[in-house]
Amino acid sequence: MTAPLLSIKNLTVTFPTPKGPVEVVRGISFSLGRERLGIVGESGSGKSMTGRSILKLIRPPGRVTADEMVFDGIDLASLRERRMRALRGARISMVMQDPKFSLNPVMTVGEQIGEALKTHRPMPRRQLRARVLEMLEAVRINEPERVADLYPHEVSGGMGQRVMIAMMLIPEPDLLIADEPTSALDVSVQAQVLDIIDELVRRNGMGLILISHDLGLVARYCDRILVMNGGEIVEECAARDLDKARHPYTRGLLAAMPRMDEDRDELPVLDRSAWAAT
Amino acid sequence: MSAGVVAGQAARGVAGIARFALVVAATFLGLLAITFFIGRVVPIDPVLAVVGDRATAAVYEAARERMGLDRPLLVQFFSYVGDVLTGNLGQSISTGRAVVDDLGRFFPATLEMATVGILIGVALGVPMGVTAATRQGSWADQVIRVLGLLGYSVPAFWLGLVGLAVFYAGLGWVAGPGRIDIFYEGLVEPVTGVYLIDSLMAGEWEVFRNAASHLLLPASILGFFSLAYIARMTRSFMLDQLSQEYVTTARVKGVPERRVIWRHAFYPIRIQLITVIGLSYASLLEGSVMIETVFSWPGIGRYLTVALLNADMNAVLGATLVIGSVFILINKASDVLYRILDPRARR
Amino acid sequence: MSAVRDWLLDDSPASRLQASLGRSWRSFSALMRNPLAVAGALIILALIVMAVFAPWIAPYSAIGQDLANRLAPPSALHWMGTDELGRDIFSRVVFGSRITLMIVTMVAVISAPIGLLVGAISGYFGGWTDRVLMGLTDIFLSMPKLILALAFVAALGPGIENAIIAIAITAWPVYARIARAETITFRDSEFIAAVQLQGASSARVILRHVLPLCASSTIIRVTLDMAGIILTAAGLGFLGLGAQPPLPEWGAMISSGRNFILDQWWVATMPGFAIIAVSLGFCFLGDGLRDVLDPKQRDGR
Repeated sequence: MTAPLLSIKNLTVTFPTPKGPVEVVRGISFSLGRERLGIVGESGSGKSMTGRSILKLIRPPGRVTADEMVFDGIDLASLRERRMRALRGARISMVMQDPKFSLNPVMTVGEQIGEALKTHRPMPRRQLRARVLEMLEAVRINEPERVADLYPHEVSGGMGQRVMIAMMLIPEPDLLIADEPTSALDVSVQAQVLDIIDELVRRNGMGLILISHDLGLVARYCDRILVMNGGEIVEECAARDLDKARHPYTRGLLAAMPRMDEDRDELPVLDRSAWAAT
Repeated sequence: MSAGVVAGQAARGVAGIARFALVVAATFLGLLAITFFIGRVVPIDPVLAVVGDRATAAVYEAARERMGLDRPLLVQFFSYVGDVLTGNLGQSISTGRAVVDDLGRFFPATLEMATVGILIGVALGVPMGVTAATRQGSWADQVIRVLGLLGYSVPAFWLGLVGLAVFYAGLGWVAGPGRIDIFYEGLVEPVTGVYLIDSLMAGEWEVFRNAASHLLLPASILGFFSLAYIARMTRSFMLDQLSQEYVTTARVKGVPERRVIWRHAFYPIRIQLITVIGLSYASLLEGSVMIETVFSWPGIGRYLTVALLNADMNAVLGATLVIGSVFILINKASDVLYRILDPRARR
Repeated sequence: MSAVRDWLLDDSPASRLQASLGRSWRSFSALMRNPLAVAGALIILALIVMAVFAPWIAPYSAIGQDLANRLAPPSALHWMGTDELGRDIFSRVVFGSRITLMIVTMVAVISAPIGLLVGAISGYFGGWTDRVLMGLTDIFLSMPKLILALAFVAALGPGIENAIIAIAITAWPVYARIARAETITFRDSEFIAAVQLQGASSARVILRHVLPLCASSTIIRVTLDMAGIILTAAGLGFLGLGAQPPLPEWGAMISSGRNFILDQWWVATMPGFAIIAVSLGFCFLGDGLRDVLDPKQRDGR
């Protein structure tokens, strides 16, 4: 096996609070090839912070420390902000949760997608426009000419998220972090958006980190799964081996998932005492 | 875009303009009602002022009738509104001229000072607010915060006096009270009434420099107050923006920080800022009353205070109307501008 | 002591009293952690102490003249120097605190209840009542306050009482806006409905249940407005329309020092420092109060 795309050892994220510093991510380690990795956990489990610390986008007063944080041979931990910026978007990118908030309300969709490419590869306006339209088509938007000139408030949530994907993939990065990419969307368009991500990631041979609270969804779209709880990785397994998971937290999550052929009267609730001692 | 959508937008635009006109008209009417009311509650009896206090009851009644003061208040009010609309604001007892003519003569001076003031305020206040927000908690932020609070707590007239003592009497950096040295007075034919422009148009550099030197201190003091307000509001808008998710998006894309700040965080608030700047400009016109008094600046504010001390009610109400109208107009106009410029409010 | 503190900070208070005392305690201790707010509170406390104990604090009389000693620079005898009539400026500033305190208190006492009542009625009844009252409020809001106050004083005649009335007339609309916004947020809530079902009259609902809930945001606003009120009052005094001589009103004192600003700078500057200190005090305290009681309203001036 060649060197992994991303390798992280002992990553910790700390935020100061009036009651002293709180570790939201507590010394986690994992590595990632050109594969699809799922990170699952409840809100507050530190999964989003993990995603953002890879991009070094934790704002002060938050603090990130790690023994190792290497992306494709580049040591992220010691990288200057200037060099890091050249990496962001171009090589590591992130799709965020809600297009309602993550798209700039006063720039047209086309401008925002174009900016992502132009920042790293300056090119003539006409050529840029062509690339933007091409990308919009790749995320299955009809009438890209029209949509490119719309403002974010004029597109639906599902379309907004596809715009977001187009924007994050247009510079052809090697790693895409998708942070709850569908939780703000209608159930009816969730699968469509994930299929697009899946298709483009496979086609470009990229690495994907899919962050979600939805165990079923992650199991369907990922090769490997990390389960996080309280800032720690409590379980790591291949997606197909999920039903063999041993940690009580994962078992609890699995048990709480409703099934199509449901025969239980009541879904079990997580019993937190089972792992609280660990 | 289909024709129907365009027509719909146009219809909404017309309705919006009509609504705006209605609101402005109502506000003006309110202003007129207030000045009318003030004019009527004056303890000085306007009839007595005309006939003298030794007039007989019959003479008094006749005069009262002649002045229309025996008619119902509502009728009097409408005739007052009619007078104002036709530009009849009465005579000033202190200058002996029609109040309208006086106001036309004094207004450019106020406009000149307030305009230079707001330019100073915007040029310094906006960058300061942005700096404070992007370096929240730094010493720069603290300094700007204190400056902002001082803008709310320093009396303008006091700052004017101290400024005169320090920069005019002490350091001699600027010219003293007044708009221009007597030596230069009348050298330039007044066209706009704004000395800076008139002297430039006449090519009189000496006059321009002298007028600018007189203007610098009072305009800077007005500028300080608008700077304090603008910087404070800019800071708070920017802090709100910088915590927005789409600013993070821009950073994820690898956009350089300067562009993140100006293009992604600042650009959306420029419209809110226009409203703030409009409000600030309006309040500078108002604040010029104090500054003009301190600097003997022959503007509307000074005209108003002189009239106040002489109990020259026509002049007081006239000046109040003019300042009030401009204030209302700027206020409402910045509101409309906001609607026109923001793509979210535009649809 | 710590038992009392624990009782106050109990997460599940046993009585309404404990809950409200606990909340006040938490607000108070949060306020005390904010250095600017503490500074503001201290300044205002100093103002009140100065006003109450003026005759004991001031070394000289506020109006007693000493023509042999006029325009004396600041010294150990006269900390802030003397004015053109030989009066001790420090003593006048001390006595002036009474006038300033009276003006801000009176303006708040007159304008806040008017605004609250207009806003609460407007928000509670809605419909035409709301439209008419808010139309009126908006008209007053878009007027230039200082100019309006000047015109009112011009009509009513110079003097401290008229200055107070004029400022109060221009100050109330802001409170009406706040009270209306607050009222609308809980007008349709269940506890109001419950009170109505018990047969309470509208007047009772507004006075007993609606107005108390508008109190905290109004208090913040009044505190923040105090600086503006002090400046306007001082401005009226400066123009000779407020407090009349020989009253030691700070604005009027600056006005009389105007003629000596170039040579005897202390006559005009000293009262100015008093105005700045007190205004800043109210600004600091208001900012702190807002941060503690109503974080979402931050910087919304």
